[in-house]
Amino acid sequence: MEKKLITLTVNDIEYELYINPKTLLVEAIRDHIGLTGTKRGCETVSCGACTVMIDDMAIKSCSVLAVQAEGRRIITAEGLEKNGVLAPIQKAFLDEGSYQCGFCTSGMLMSSEAFLRETKNPTEEQMKEAIEGNICRCTGYNSIVRAIAAVAKGKYAEVKS
Amino acid sequence: MNKYTVINPHEPFRVLNTHVHNIDGIAKVTGRATYTFDVKLPGMLYGKILRSPYPHAKIIKIDASKALALPGVLAVVNGKDDTLGIKQGIWRRYNDLCDEQVLPVDKVRYIGEPVAAVAAVTEEIAEKALDLIDVEYEELPATFEPLDAIKKDAPEIHEGFERNINVTRHIEWGEVEEAFEEAEYIREDWFKCGGQAHMCMETRAAVASYTPDGKMTVWTSTQSAYYHQALLAGVLGLREGNVRVLAPYVGGGFGGKFELDGAQFCACILSMKVRKPVKIIFTREEDFIASKRRTPMFYYTRTGVKKDGTFCAREAKVFTNGGAYTGMGATALYLTGFFHSFPYRWKGYRYDGYRVYTNTLPSTSMRGFGAPQAMWCSEQQIEWIAADLGLDPIEMRRKNSHHEGYVVPGQATIASCGIDQCYDEIKTWIKSKGKLPKNRSIGLSACGFMSGGIFNWFDTPYSFSSAVVTVNNDGTVELHVGAQDIGQGSNTTMAIICAEALGVKIEDVKVHSGDTDHCPADLGAWGSRQTLMTGNAVKMASEDAKKQLLEFAYAQSGLNIVYDLDIKEGWVHAIARPERGETFEALVKRATRGKDGQRIVGRGYYTPHRKGMISPAYSYMLQGVEVEIDDETGKIKLIDSMTAHDCGQPINHLGLIGQLEGAFSMAAGYGYLEYMPFEDGKMMNPNLVDYKMVRSTDMPPANIAEIDTYEPEGPYGAKEAGEGLTNPTAAAIGNAIYHRFGIQMKECPVRPEMIVNALKEKAAAEKEGKKK
Repeated sequence: MEKKLITLTVNDIEYELYINPKTLLVEAIRDHIGLTGTKRGCETVSCGACTVMIDDMAIKSCSVLAVQAEGRRIITAEGLEKNGVLAPIQKAFLDEGSYQCGFCTSGMLMSSEAFLRETKNPTEEQMKEAIEGNICRCTGYNSIVRAIAAVAKGKYAEVKS
Repeated sequence: MNKYTVINPHEPFRVLNTHVHNIDGIAKVTGRATYTFDVKLPGMLYGKILRSPYPHAKIIKIDASKALALPGVLAVVNGKDDTLGIKQGIWRRYNDLCDEQVLPVDKVRYIGEPVAAVAAVTEEIAEKALDLIDVEYEELPATFEPLDAIKKDAPEIHEGFERNINVTRHIEWGEVEEAFEEAEYIREDWFKCGGQAHMCMETRAAVASYTPDGKMTVWTSTQSAYYHQALLAGVLGLREGNVRVLAPYVGGGFGGKFELDGAQFCACILSMKVRKPVKIIFTREEDFIASKRRTPMFYYTRTGVKKDGTFCAREAKVFTNGGAYTGMGATALYLTGFFHSFPYRWKGYRYDGYRVYTNTLPSTSMRGFGAPQAMWCSEQQIEWIAADLGLDPIEMRRKNSHHEGYVVPGQATIASCGIDQCYDEIKTWIKSKGKLPKNRSIGLSACGFMSGGIFNWFDTPYSFSSAVVTVNNDGTVELHVGAQDIGQGSNTTMAIICAEALGVKIEDVKVHSGDTDHCPADLGAWGSRQTLMTGNAVKMASEDAKKQLLEFAYAQSGLNIVYDLDIKEGWVHAIARPERGETFEALVKRATRGKDGQRIVGRGYYTPHRKGMISPAYSYMLQGVEVEIDDETGKIKLIDSMTAHDCGQPINHLGLIGQLEGAFSMAAGYGYLEYMPFEDGKMMNPNLVDYKMVRSTDMPPANIAEIDTYEPEGPYGAKEAGEGLTNPTAAAIGNAIYHRFGIQMKECPVRPEMIVNALKEKAAAEKEGKKK
């Protein structure tokens, strides 16, 4: 297949890539751009380790082609902090111990962040549903739900402004 | 949402059991943590493994010429041409248990076994090349279940192992027959325990780089860098010192990542052939079918008690599905037999375990290490016995439980034990629930677990754990340990112990681990050993450094020698006059000058001596699980849970909560979700769509009541936490089902159709009974 020149906007930086059109977004992010914070844990769109935000929506980046993400605003885990200051959800993950091995964490953060941008005053059930597509083998999820709840309740609000 | 009762009377601690962030946290929440999966080296090639499609077959011929002719392919390796038939295994002390050739020479013994490996410039080309390798097989009759494989006419899987029996284990104490004679009620049951996939989020992964100076560097996802250094040196014919293993961040282990795996071995062999770095990452499917699993077991257990509920005797016979090779399965066979007695006192106890080779994926250690299977059978049978005799199941357990000072005859001495308080906590929790809705019930299960193994089957010449503490001139501290952080937070735990013992702040301690070139040998992260064993080594090294520093402080202070000096949070002071003192940094500067510029270095180690047969210390726990079951579909939903848990002195507060909650999710999965069906040796659901596990919406609150005890053998009184809690949950779910419907589930994981069928059978039997 003939290679294509595309431009991807990841974490507010434009990257020009010359790639095979069947390249998955996760491959473009990891292998071509070199942002390895986004992981992969399966080949069946089941684990959520590769979740990124596209235009504020949580998307498994193994489920879309890189070419489909052209012109969209892509945020990965590396793009959550601003000038060395962690985002509220990152601080909450630290405070609640919402990660162990860390391999699912980037995807988990993106699912959580997208959910929080969309949902005000979420219920516990909604928070659980928000990360249902992300597998974590280490934590048992509850600490992640506690972190989402802490951000939703405004515990880190001063950081947001 | 969740509540914790952490009872801690030891207030003088400054760092221990306080709320500190994981020291690797920033790296992990910002995407900076780099795993083997992320390693990319200049000139790196990609490897892929060709796997056996047959459960049992002779390898007649391998022809890789077409694959080698494919542009971009640099090398193909196989057992016949490249690995000299070296057999390996992790039980290095016993030659006959080293039974695995990672690339076999003559025959394959399970579907998915590596047969050849390719290195190419891209993963895609390597994958294509696999299709071009011609392997001629001659199929052999195969056998898949242990109870078939022990039959006289079953196919022979390994030469010289009669009836395919790989290992046997016998444990016995007391006069068993006599004790059974004293019993007034005897019950016997057969159980079946399923396998379970470790399902680490990071699949097996290795990047190997062999250089012309004869040195091998391997980045790999491992639970023990030292084991892999030693195992790889053995199979590659290199000196241990010429193999460097790096394990920067590891995406989970759970007992599945301390044996040599195909990714590590094939990447190394390929790299030695082409003198270039080679990376091999298992796909999820490969990880399911070819990375070993929790050991499936058939359990027969017979228990004799008095009518007042006093336990007399127990005997158990276990046949485990060992799969094609030994690995850590030999240890699981012993531990399941030992923990089947836990946490109770038996006048007579006898266990006979048989590990049977079959033509399936090998089975091995997995979190809980044989104990979840042991408890699935034991804790349900005990519940049924209490019901048969009309006794309170909690009080019956309590009167037979271990206690401080109890000696498991010939096996273990129990120095600390908080099980009695656990019964009180769970009783309170049950009471607080009041009357449950009609479709809900509660099940309980007790258990215990070890804090590291003491038997040297690996035959290491080194101490089991070591630590080196180096104090820099600015007061910062370098802590070198061989303990492996696989997500459980051992780097943080070790930093906490170092900071507490040396008297500095946790942010002043840098932990170096996961690099065999720079860290002392340590057996690594398995069997719940690091907090106790590495923790003791770290405490010793830190106290060594502190003593050297205080000698200088003392010499200058002019204090009466009966006064004590101490260091806390970077402040050096006389204990009687804490306000007067100096900073740690100032003391370090003088002490270093006083030593002619030599840095202060503290050394510590731990090697167990005279600690029984199994472990230096044991944790205890009792768990209650509230379960809701749909009568029609048999679908199980977990509603709530409470675990009373005795891990001695907690060290890493956040880490402890995380371990306990995480263990619950994995243990619950073993109880009712993680079914691993095989047909003719082929795993039927090797993907995350069909292999079900606990997701966020399945997870109930995992409440914890921490029972305060002090374990004299552990650092600051600490012992195991986080692995033992994988043990009770399956049985607790089984007991909840029993209390709801009166049906006895003898196979785990429990699937909805099993409940539906059992209810149908029960209804039919009741109808039959009425007719009569």
